[in-house]
Amino acid sequence: MLSIRNIVKQYAGHTALSGVSLEVERGQIFGLLGPNGAGKTSLIRIINQITAPDSGEVYFNGDKLNQSHIEKIGYLPEERGLYKKMEIGEQMIYLARLKGLSRDEAVKRLKVWFEKLGMETWWKMKIEELSKGMQQKAQFVATVLHEPDLIILDEPFSGFDPVNAEVIKEEILELNRKGATILFSTHRMESVEQLCDAIALLDRSKKILDGKIKDIKKTYRNDIYLVEYTGDQLSFNGAQPFDVVDETAGDDDSYTIRIKLKAGATSNEVLQYLIPKTHINMLQEVVPSMNEIFIEKVNKIA
Amino acid sequence: MNKVLLIIQREYLTRVRKKAFIIMIFAVPLLILAMGGVITLVAKNSDQLTDAQVVKVIDESGVFAGKFKDQQNLKFETTQQSLAQVKTDLKKDDNMSALQIPVDYKQKDAIKIYSRKKPGITLTVKIESEMNDIAINNGMLKNHIDTALLHSVKSDISLNSIEITDTGDAKTDLGANIAVGIACAILIYLCLFIYGAQVMRGVIEEKTSRIIEVIISSVKPFQLMLGKIIGVGLVGLTQFSAWIILSIISTKIVGHAFSSPQGGLMGALSVLQTIPFGSVLMFFLFYFLTGYLLYSALFAAVGSAVDSETETQQFMFPITMPLLFTYLLSVTILFRAPDSPLAVWLSIIPFTAPVAMMLRLPFGVPGWQLAVSMSLMIVAFLFTTYVAARIYRVGILMYGKKASYKELVKWFFYKE
Repeated sequence: MLSIRNIVKQYAGHTALSGVSLEVERGQIFGLLGPNGAGKTSLIRIINQITAPDSGEVYFNGDKLNQSHIEKIGYLPEERGLYKKMEIGEQMIYLARLKGLSRDEAVKRLKVWFEKLGMETWWKMKIEELSKGMQQKAQFVATVLHEPDLIILDEPFSGFDPVNAEVIKEEILELNRKGATILFSTHRMESVEQLCDAIALLDRSKKILDGKIKDIKKTYRNDIYLVEYTGDQLSFNGAQPFDVVDETAGDDDSYTIRIKLKAGATSNEVLQYLIPKTHINMLQEVVPSMNEIFIEKVNKIA
Repeated sequence: MNKVLLIIQREYLTRVRKKAFIIMIFAVPLLILAMGGVITLVAKNSDQLTDAQVVKVIDESGVFAGKFKDQQNLKFETTQQSLAQVKTDLKKDDNMSALQIPVDYKQKDAIKIYSRKKPGITLTVKIESEMNDIAINNGMLKNHIDTALLHSVKSDISLNSIEITDTGDAKTDLGANIAVGIACAILIYLCLFIYGAQVMRGVIEEKTSRIIEVIISSVKPFQLMLGKIIGVGLVGLTQFSAWIILSIISTKIVGHAFSSPQGGLMGALSVLQTIPFGSVLMFFLFYFLTGYLLYSALFAAVGSAVDSETETQQFMFPITMPLLFTYLLSVTILFRAPDSPLAVWLSIIPFTAPVAMMLRLPFGVPGWQLAVSMSLMIVAFLFTTYVAARIYRVGILMYGKKASYKELVKWFFYKE
């Protein structure tokens, strides 16, 4: 769907992107992760044709990115903003028409969205009369009204209260189910982990990691498990197929141990070893969070 | 529908729908009308607006006494009292003055006028001219010249300037030319600034509200800039058209209301009719449009370079300088010498031409100068638009960076 090839973008004094390549597949929810200043917004602006790369190419559905793609992309920038003194209804129609929608079609779709998100009474209101959260909701509608194939959201949840953040998240998921490809960016890596199918990790203008979340986690799993059992506290003599990392005592004679498998051992062997000795409540693999992976990756490079 | 058209439509409608715009349409002609009315009234009745003046004449020479002719609001009383006595009277009455004419009145500064208040220039001029008339008459009589004959020869002379043109001689009125020239210069100066500043404010609004990023993910920065400039320009044209229509209607109405054989206002209107308003209007529109396009592009670039209106000062000054300079020169010196080399040059240099040329137009401008000036205007606005667009496309995405001139030059040379 979106193929980014070897993008370089330099601003006076610093390099925003140095040779970044990405592949976003149709129907994916793709997370562009990285700390502030990693180059996420620069990349997003290039995809939106707000700026052009110094070198490298972007392909959209196999075609080199051009003006005709503007109507197929919806963009919610990190810094939200609308015309303060313009009525919401008119403003939404205007933005939709700039994306190639007819007036009638824009009105029709707006009515559906306004009803869906409980915004019916806002039509004649001016943006400055709305709260920050309400403005964000309106802007989200403006982003997706023209039913784009690719929705680009820069830090989508910043500024929303928890309730509205959940509403917007549901809408994003629904749009994705209907076929839209979603490209997120965020510096809060844990927040989109459960949402994304695939991610790319940017740091200081370079891509340091990308791929499907499943695959990344598989690569970065480090055989750590959490085991909870009830009964007498176990002591280990070294014959067990794992090493104990730490141990905590819970209520009612329950204990939780964090273990690391010995080389070649499996979780099944852990269970076989433990079951005769105690009553097991839970065994769970501890997968490193994106944040941990990021830190590990960055430390490795540095 | 073309996106630039959409932008023009939005820029135009949001401004035209504002209450301030509608109020301006009616308020300005009303104001001008009211001012015109007051001026004609004052001009007609200026004498009646001041209190009646009494001049006590203490004539020691005996040449003038009794020969002063009373005028409206001005009475002469010959008195035998001494100056000291009259002075005590003067202290009680502000509208009284004393004229002391010594025996050897022909000496320089011999004749004195005393009053509690400083005498007005019109009063002294009136007295001087009367005294001159009396002195001349006396001289004539002394030399046995028939004054009756003299009176029959004497006439009230005032110059009536006639301009020679290819199509025939036309009566002109220098005063009206100056008035129309200055009015046009002021109007175009104000309009360039008012509408240029609106473009700048619009750009700053889009930048500070951060909607700019949403818009330019849909259209090219140049399309947005162009749409905004054209949209605001159309607002200006709408305003002019409304004013022209309103003033035609109102002068018709006022013309009927005041119509009298030699009414002051009708007289003024007939003088104005000697000026070719059609062509002045055409040129006004041309210079407004090209001047507006030239300056508003620069204003847009300034707007894109700053984060708030307060930061615009450092860039505004060099942009507004040429216009302000020409404007000040126009209303003080240039109208007296509309064909001077300075005026000609200023009306050819594009940055000053709109004001300077509008001032010169009522006096008549050679065709070649107009042609050069107008072609340069078109070249200049295309040039500034190109420069401004290159700065604008970078500036609108720059936040928190204090822009300097060096920075602007760098932006200009940025690749796409």
